[in-house]
Amino acid sequence: MKNLISMRDLSKEEILYFMEIAEKIEKGDLNPNMDKKLAALLFFEPSTRTHFSFATAMKKIGGQTITMRGTSSSSVKKGETFADTLQTIAQYAEIIIMRSPTEGAARYASEVVDVPVVNAGDGANQHPTQALLDLYSIIKTQGTLENLTIGVAGDLKFGRTVHSLVQAMSDFNPKFKFISPSFLKMPAYIKDDLNEKNIEFEELSEIDEKINELDILYVTRIQKERFADPEDYEKVKGSYILEKSMLKDVKKNFKVMHPLPRVGEISTDVDNTEFAYYFPQAKNGVYMRQAIIAILLGGVK
Amino acid sequence: MKQLKVDAINNGTVIDHIPSGKALAVADILNLSGSNEVMIGINLNSKKVGKKDLIKIENRELSQEEVNSIALIAPSVTLTIIKDFEVIRKAKAEIPESIEGLILCPNPKCITNSEKIKTKFKVTDEKPLQVRCHYCEKKYKIDEVKIRI
Ligand SMILES: [Zn+2]
Repeated sequence: MKNLISMRDLSKEEILYFMEIAEKIEKGDLNPNMDKKLAALLFFEPSTRTHFSFATAMKKIGGQTITMRGTSSSSVKKGETFADTLQTIAQYAEIIIMRSPTEGAARYASEVVDVPVVNAGDGANQHPTQALLDLYSIIKTQGTLENLTIGVAGDLKFGRTVHSLVQAMSDFNPKFKFISPSFLKMPAYIKDDLNEKNIEFEELSEIDEKINELDILYVTRIQKERFADPEDYEKVKGSYILEKSMLKDVKKNFKVMHPLPRVGEISTDVDNTEFAYYFPQAKNGVYMRQAIIAILLGGVK
Repeated sequence: MKQLKVDAINNGTVIDHIPSGKALAVADILNLSGSNEVMIGINLNSKKVGKKDLIKIENRELSQEEVNSIALIAPSVTLTIIKDFEVIRKAKAEIPESIEGLILCPNPKCITNSEKIKTKFKVTDEKPLQVRCHYCEKKYKIDEVKIRI
């Protein structure tokens, strides 16, 4: 595998291979050495957390990083094409990790340069490293990715992370519960895909409605700006806040995940229960990104 | 209008059974504004399909790839290639697996709309015809996209 651009490109076997390598790195059974390797982090849109996670991952496997920030048009202003910018950076770095608001930017980059490209998020399209770290968190807590019941709550219409997660889990015979306000429901094209694959799902409007059936509850942020009327936001937001009192009869293996940052959709009293898993999830992101970079740089034999 | 006769052509291609009203769009896709003689028949009577359009191009033999690009808007067309008044080949348009440079991506955030990149689409479903952008991965029905002219 040369690049990581989209979950659509990955077979089930390849997904499981990423899981296996991340686990070996976490356990210390595998210590890739990326000494003298340089990762160029191109962030054409701010994302402090994702940047921090990649930089940490590269450093933990002995590599170095350089960062270029700005908008994708900043080099265009100087008259340089995007392709030229990429080709120049590819002369310095062994791997390019790229975040862009432009959809398809990472795919295009991978066709322009010879070094491996990792998509660190391209607009509303893909964020495959997030999807893989989510899957790694699920397999770590559940022991398997197969036959799980997964609740996904929040903004399901615009949430790239939940789209990738649903897509990535689809190979593993899941059941989904989609929990959102009516105007932020899962888009039709995703539901069509699920129907085609005969994957069971149900749409709910209260976060605790079927919580006792879930193995995983994946909570995401609902942005106030999505609501035309701020009063509507105040009215519905309570239905999507997870509280400790809702967790009385959940399954033993139940875990709450969140891509972070949260803004109140998980009450802080959940944090010190055995079900909270969002901070370890962030840590898993570093192991997974170590695995991704090492695999693409040929450092895993 | 009187029936145009296929045998009136000497060398070239006859594109028949174009859905009525689509002939000009087909002509655009094939870029027929060059120097070849072109005859376009619109709303001709057809025993099989009622009304149809038809295009005759003198001295140009269409490649299968060009034929296939027509399939995007007119899957029912039939092609007859003629040399010295004789039919040398008949062809049907086949919907290609991937389509390059022909479709404009309707997604304003797609990189193909901000960089000079040849678009690439994969056919995902045939009925109704749907395509997915190779770059932004959005899926569209064929009547939601613009065919580049
Ligand atoms: Zn596109």
